[in-house]
Amino acid sequence: MHIIVCIKQVPDSTQVKVDPKTGTLIRAGVPSILNPYDHFALEKALEIKAKTGAKVTVLSMGPQQAVAVLRLALALGADEGVLLSSRAFAGSDTWATAYALATAVKHIGSFDLVLCGQMAIDGDTAQTGPEMAYHLHIPQITFCESIDANGNTVVVKKLIEGGHQILQADLPVLVTMTMPHDYVAKYPSFMAAHKAQDKIIRTWTETDIGADPHKLGLEGSPTRVDRIFPPPTRAKGEVYSGSAVELANKFVEILKKERVIK
Amino acid sequence: MIQIAQNCVGCGKCTAACPFGALSLVNRRAVASSACTMCGACVSQCPVGALSLPQNTAVKKDLSAYKGIWVLVEIGTNAMSQHVRSVSYELLSKGRELANQTGEELGAVVIGSNISAFYGEISQYGADKIYAVDAPAYAHYNTAAYANALITLIKKYNPSVVLFPSTYVGRDLSPRVAAEMFVGLTADCTGLAIKDGNLIQTRPAFGGNILADIKCPDYRPQMATVRPNVFKKVVSAPGKMAQVVPETIAVPAEAAKVRIINTHMDPPVSGLQLEEADVVIAGGRGMKNKAGFDLLDNLAQHLGAAVGASRAAIDLGLKPKEKQIGQSGVNVAAKFYVACGISGAVQHVVGVEHCGVIVGINKDANAPIFNVCKYGLVGDAGQILPKVLEQLKK
Repeated sequence: MHIIVCIKQVPDSTQVKVDPKTGTLIRAGVPSILNPYDHFALEKALEIKAKTGAKVTVLSMGPQQAVAVLRLALALGADEGVLLSSRAFAGSDTWATAYALATAVKHIGSFDLVLCGQMAIDGDTAQTGPEMAYHLHIPQITFCESIDANGNTVVVKKLIEGGHQILQADLPVLVTMTMPHDYVAKYPSFMAAHKAQDKIIRTWTETDIGADPHKLGLEGSPTRVDRIFPPPTRAKGEVYSGSAVELANKFVEILKKERVIK
Repeated sequence: MIQIAQNCVGCGKCTAACPFGALSLVNRRAVASSACTMCGACVSQCPVGALSLPQNTAVKKDLSAYKGIWVLVEIGTNAMSQHVRSVSYELLSKGRELANQTGEELGAVVIGSNISAFYGEISQYGADKIYAVDAPAYAHYNTAAYANALITLIKKYNPSVVLFPSTYVGRDLSPRVAAEMFVGLTADCTGLAIKDGNLIQTRPAFGGNILADIKCPDYRPQMATVRPNVFKKVVSAPGKMAQVVPETIAVPAEAAKVRIINTHMDPPVSGLQLEEADVVIAGGRGMKNKAGFDLLDNLAQHLGAAVGASRAAIDLGLKPKEKQIGQSGVNVAAKFYVACGISGAVQHVVGVEHCGVIVGINKDANAPIFNVCKYGLVGDAGQILPKVLEQLKK
């Protein structure tokens, strides 16, 4: 069994600060991490590997420094890494990204299962996984909390509005994963990281994978940014400072004034 | 990389607009670094039109044949009964507004089994036509079956816009359809409008950095998803009945590759829901820990309020994901909203836009949350709230 896990390097949102003037996030100097949803998906793939002896390949698209998340994935136990990196991918929206990743998956060779995180925390679209599934012409199951592979099928727990479903799917299939509330990401030991240094990471461009240049980057991206603008502000209200007791009194006064309490 | 023409005057407006810090001024001219993702955010900021993206060389399709605003109406199930998800009506209401503006028809697409009882209600929200795919095979959502049905309808009728609820179903179906149709899809829009014949889709972008208007000028249909509670439901055609267009579409064989073993519905959530509460108290990273959130829960009991959290607090595991307020969480429309220890990033603020009175409590006097507050308290909520609770207990 061959599992391909798609992973992305993202800014660590828990360390992003907000610009006081514009309300926008300050990205400069923020460390990069493995997208947490992808981290979870990778761990699930490695659980299947432990049980069935499956091979796990990790695939990422991004600038050269994204090799760091592939290195992390190899240290955690993935077998091989592929980085898709070229200026030709710049300007890709989810359509073009999904096309490039799916083309790379086909180029990797035969596979049984593609696992993705539900979404990347710097884009929040949750579109790339399902769009990849179309390009691969395989079924998709999205928003899954658990996955178990046996023989020619997978069984997943998929979230639905107000509950969940247990679904079974024939392989090959693409599954997007979402972690439970209490999930804590695992990190490799120093020894494991050291040993993984010898594992191979291949870097491919659009020509290596035989992608159609008209479906990459800006040209393969139907969406365009028309304009950007800061969020609407309201008329600046009353701002109070003082001791905790003074501010508590003020708060209770506001509650009464706005008729939240009598 | 972004193209910078000779007429650049070196004003620096683009450097401030770049979400990736890829533009800088060198010898009074803008220069792009390899960090440029060609997002295009800077283009509209240039006062002299010196910035541009490489032109699309693809042959442009004739888009004039695409007409009509469509909404995917989602049928939900509770135990034994079916209902139309409220967000469908919110989208129909917005769709009605857009259709009036363009002079096009508003179409509701309903896929399911035994759904004719809903047509009257759907009509009241302004649908001119109801495209109905009603067969036992569609009783439960299946990606391949629903995608095939919707794509068949889109190819037959060529709508200009298709709106989806941003639910588990809408977020599974819309990208599958967008990929196959080779069209753009914008997730979780916070605003929709028509400008020069294009659907302008507003959403926080670049990691919640700033709001962006997204368009798909060369592709049809234009597709977007919208979360519940973003738009208001408006009964615009009471007593009216839309024209029902029944469609028979066979389920493709691939649908059988994914099978439902069983379905578990969570017991109805007790207590007040964030979406419905008149008073909402939310905590951010500034509440620090569980003890901080206990304060909020306590206060909520006194005020009859629901408690939510910012994304930062959710990421720290202080509240479950479904309590997240903002762009990728729940939108709230409380009469009275209190943000405690929340800095006020764009992606949070767009989720509380429809609240009446907003109160912010934050240690940092410069926190952007104070830009949207009627009342701002500069102080540590962890110290202020215990004193508030003492008073409320009296």
